Amino acid sequence: MINVKEPGLMTTVQDNGRNGYYSFGMPPSGAMDKYSFIVANLLVGNDENAAVLEATYLGPTLEFDCETTIAVTGGEIPPKLNGEPFGLWKPVHVEKGDVLSFNFVKSGTRVYIAVAGGIDVPIKMGSRSTYTLCGIGGFEGRALQKGDLLKTGEASNPPASTEITLSEELIPKYGNRHEIRVIMGLCSYRLTEESKKKFFDIEWTVTPDANRVGYRFKGEPLEFVEREQPFGAGSDPSNVTDLGYPIGSIQIPAGIEPIALLNDAVTGGGYATIATIISIDLFKMGQIKSNDKVKFIEVSLDEAIEARKELNGKLDKVKETIKTVSIGG
Amino acid sequence: MSAETKTQTRYEYGGDEFVFVELSESMTLEAMFKGMAITNKLAEQNREGIIDICPGNASYMIRVDPEVLHPDELISVLKEIEASLTDYEETTIHSRLVDVPILFEDPWTYEALMKFRVNHQDPDSTDLEYSARINDFESKEELIQNINDFPFLVSMVGFVPGLPFSFQLTSQEKQIEVPKYVRPRTFTPERAFGFGGAFAVIYPVQGAGGYQLYGTAAAPILDVEQKLEDFKESMVYFRQSDILRYRSISMDEYERIRKEVEEGAFRYRTREMSFTPKDVMKNPEEFASKVMRRLYDDQR
Repeated sequence: MINVKEPGLMTTVQDNGRNGYYSFGMPPSGAMDKYSFIVANLLVGNDENAAVLEATYLGPTLEFDCETTIAVTGGEIPPKLNGEPFGLWKPVHVEKGDVLSFNFVKSGTRVYIAVAGGIDVPIKMGSRSTYTLCGIGGFEGRALQKGDLLKTGEASNPPASTEITLSEELIPKYGNRHEIRVIMGLCSYRLTEESKKKFFDIEWTVTPDANRVGYRFKGEPLEFVEREQPFGAGSDPSNVTDLGYPIGSIQIPAGIEPIALLNDAVTGGGYATIATIISIDLFKMGQIKSNDKVKFIEVSLDEAIEARKELNGKLDKVKETIKTVSIGG
Repeated sequence: MSAETKTQTRYEYGGDEFVFVELSESMTLEAMFKGMAITNKLAEQNREGIIDICPGNASYMIRVDPEVLHPDELISVLKEIEASLTDYEETTIHSRLVDVPILFEDPWTYEALMKFRVNHQDPDSTDLEYSARINDFESKEELIQNINDFPFLVSMVGFVPGLPFSFQLTSQEKQIEVPKYVRPRTFTPERAFGFGGAFAVIYPVQGAGGYQLYGTAAAPILDVEQKLEDFKESMVYFRQSDILRYRSISMDEYERIRKEVEEGAFRYRTREMSFTPKDVMKNPEEFASKVMRRLYDDQR
């Protein structure tokens, strides 16, 4: 059992996500930064899709009522055990009564806290992920609150050695300026050629309106091609006949501020979508915060698929390191 | 007011995991039925690598694992299916007719819309007054009557879980068309009945929204706890191809239904009906009256 002494700003139970219900209007939810999420699980010997805690900006304070192994990955929100700092990206043994807490965020936005056996909450539509808007999944369908008691499951494998050190290349660094790769398309024909170019030239600023639903950006207004609106679309030039929104798609209501839709977003609506963030860079979005700068980079579909393979290669290296160290130790 | 848009299918990538296909820029029954036929055929193929098949109003979207099924390969499959669709107008659709009680001009959406007048095209009218005026109705009552008279076909489910986008079965001249709010609201009450573009919707949960607000549905359309009988199989009630009759009710009936919902006894009035797209497209109003007779067991 884990006792939530302080919940942090926004701490939720997340796993790989609730996939397969998009046509019901159900977004996948799930861990935003999947790389950090998977590595956290691997370090404690869990199945790579086991449920973890995702904490944003301000970490929680958690008390463990039994001996176990935990790992913290993701943004640099320095963890402490009974007040003693310890490193991210490695497994840590905790004793009964130990208290995990966090210092203020140094870089990145979200940390992942994996516990051997995973966080055990009921599976709802194939997933333990929290979707707070409808109160589905996770711990009672909501972010953690003070006094919540979390159960953990059975670990599938022994945890990695606490001696393990992942090589530099396997630990992401998060700055304040980011390049996010997108594939142009969907309804990009609605933007003027000049605005399409501008979309890639501008260094966008992330507004305070940035959460699991989506991120809103500030920059310069963009313009849509003038036309007589088709029947059913609505009168604003940024309106289209309501359609499905891919996860990671970017829309610009009224041409004012682009919005990138993320894990808990709406699945459809009536604004022209112009590009989609590639799946691997959605993980990066999870570590971007308000006031950070973002430049969008256009890539091809094949480059996006290549990026997936690269990331899988990195995960293979993590698995290999864990295996080597446990055999060696 | 609206342009006649040529139907030219566009295949687009939505990142590396989605393929988006637009059958028509404007909302047409033809595009909706075509998308439905294509997505049904694709589902029948049970192809590996497909995660979601999402039919939409005049478009559809497929989510894949691109390392199992390359989006380009999927696009060629979809093009083949589209080319093979010679008889989709004759294909039988098994549909469900549902009576959906709505309290128009209710206190809750009224309070919400009054709070967001500055976000609206016309801050001096209510959403109903504004919509009636721009659609050349004599009064808001006449607009409500029009919604009440002809049922709506669910053309897409989405935005949030269970929200039905529904399209009225009447001639295009009689169809209501309204803009969305100039700036979306940050608050919409649960079960609000709204209208945007050519679509009527019910918001399943409280949240943001940009549609004009006309009323509140008495019964839930999403039941996360799955307590009501109608939600035992799925927490989401409406599906694409359901036909909904939004029936204007009194506050008395509204309160009676709310009580039934709270006691766990409420069930939607439904009837089964089979039809072909041709039946609908040939004469939507004639089809609509057939729907009304079937739903209310009127044999005339």
